[in-house]
Amino acid sequence: MKDLNTLVQDLQAAVEGAIEEVVTENTQPPYIIVKKEKIVPVLEYLKKEGFNHLSAVSAVDEPPEKIWVVYHLVAIGEKSTLAVKTVLPRDAAEVDSVGNVYPTALWHEREAYDLMGVKFKGHPDLRRILMPDDWVGHPLRKDYEQIKEYHGIKTD
Amino acid sequence: MLETQELVINMGPQHPSTHGVLRLLLHTDGEIIVEAQPHVGYLHRGIEKIAEKVNYHQFMPYTDRIDYLASMNCNHAYACAVERLMGIEVPERAQFIRVIMSELNRIASHLVFFGSFGMDVGAFTPFLYGLRERERTLDLFEAACGQRLTYNYMKIGGVRWDLPPGWTDKCREFCDYFEPKIQEYHDLLTYNYIFMKRLGNIGVLTPEDALAYGVTGPNLRASGVAYDIRKEEPYDVYDRLEFDIPVGTGEAGAVGDCFDRYMVRIKEMQQSVRIIRQCLDMMPEGDVQARVPRVLKIPPKEIYFRAENPRGELGFYIVANGKPSPERLKIRGASFSNIHVMEKILPGLMVADAVAVIASLDVILPECDR
Repeated sequence: MKDLNTLVQDLQAAVEGAIEEVVTENTQPPYIIVKKEKIVPVLEYLKKEGFNHLSAVSAVDEPPEKIWVVYHLVAIGEKSTLAVKTVLPRDAAEVDSVGNVYPTALWHEREAYDLMGVKFKGHPDLRRILMPDDWVGHPLRKDYEQIKEYHGIKTD
Repeated sequence: MLETQELVINMGPQHPSTHGVLRLLLHTDGEIIVEAQPHVGYLHRGIEKIAEKVNYHQFMPYTDRIDYLASMNCNHAYACAVERLMGIEVPERAQFIRVIMSELNRIASHLVFFGSFGMDVGAFTPFLYGLRERERTLDLFEAACGQRLTYNYMKIGGVRWDLPPGWTDKCREFCDYFEPKIQEYHDLLTYNYIFMKRLGNIGVLTPEDALAYGVTGPNLRASGVAYDIRKEEPYDVYDRLEFDIPVGTGEAGAVGDCFDRYMVRIKEMQQSVRIIRQCLDMMPEGDVQARVPRVLKIPPKEIYFRAENPRGELGFYIVANGKPSPERLKIRGASFSNIHVMEKILPGLMVADAVAVIASLDVILPECDR
């Protein structure tokens, strides 16, 4: 497995203009911030480099403007982990689906859509997964307001 | 003129073999499954949202309820995640106690699997045998922390109380009692001709598919990938212990079939006993808690920590922001991906085999739905 610096250089060469920043301080594992348009080629490249396990896709809300989508990658057998982040505008949070690279992402993306309202372009089946289908709003957003009643069930 | 048409069967959420509240939509052509669609979310309690409202210590009891058959392991993973985020050194004794508890809980969890798996494929007695032994592990937990299901025993920086006098002897007794029982399971169930024929070559999961769908834990190892976080990225004292990683061998058919998933878990229980024995021998005297402030204010930092739970990889992604509660806490449950892969395994199988496959994946819904 390449070390982080070589990996970043090679990635920069393979997917031009993808990397915005590499952060190694105050984070475990280190993460790479990439442009949202480049997320699919970046993950394709990293998968080829040995990151064969996508552990999780998380969305992190950072009001007033940003939503982060974080991909945690693991190279099984290489003892190596890496996170890839991309930042989206909060009012139009949309990014390409990586379901074709890592099929497991399909469900994680549904969860991110359900709870955080991030849309994934090219996702074959972007429905709610944990909340009921007729739920309104995305509960993990910081400004989410709990509804008072759901089908006659009081929630307060 | 005879006509055939696709029939949609709704299996669950109240089906006895779906282990809780999993709902499967099965499109069937006669007895053959054409398409399977898992529906989850019936047990969603919003634990991730709660985490943003309570402080780091207060969140510990909620981790019990992520996977209630392996509460200790969930406690352990969360405690380790926050400790690493903070850079807290945990006293050695506490580390050993936590590993012992996690491995005992792994045995307890696999015993429930052993019992319910037997029952799902038509053997009732193993359930009684499995729970008989599990009862002993619960007695040990009760002696240590007063609880039998949701323990809340570990805390950030160690464990809540030291072990009561005589506990280690009782634990050794349990190991001596339990080890020969595994042979009994083999005699009773494992090498039963019907059982092997029922499971061999059924629901084969190739290593490529398993990795692509994010399957982890015993299910991945049954497919032949020797991936165990306790070895790859050891936490607490796992790096000082000797144990093997059992993988699927295709004993009753192909590698990665239902029988392999069963067998890997039985072998894991033996390894757990081995780990517990070593811990009991190596455990030093001393403190069981590090000094940790009552209210943790962690400066902006983040961590993604993974632990090897009985069902696979439990991940905690914690983003701290300097306040007493996290900015974001994401839980990656192993069952979430293990249920997703059903879409891939089930098509082509008989409906009756779906029951065996679901049982062999050993999913638990609160961990999936959180």
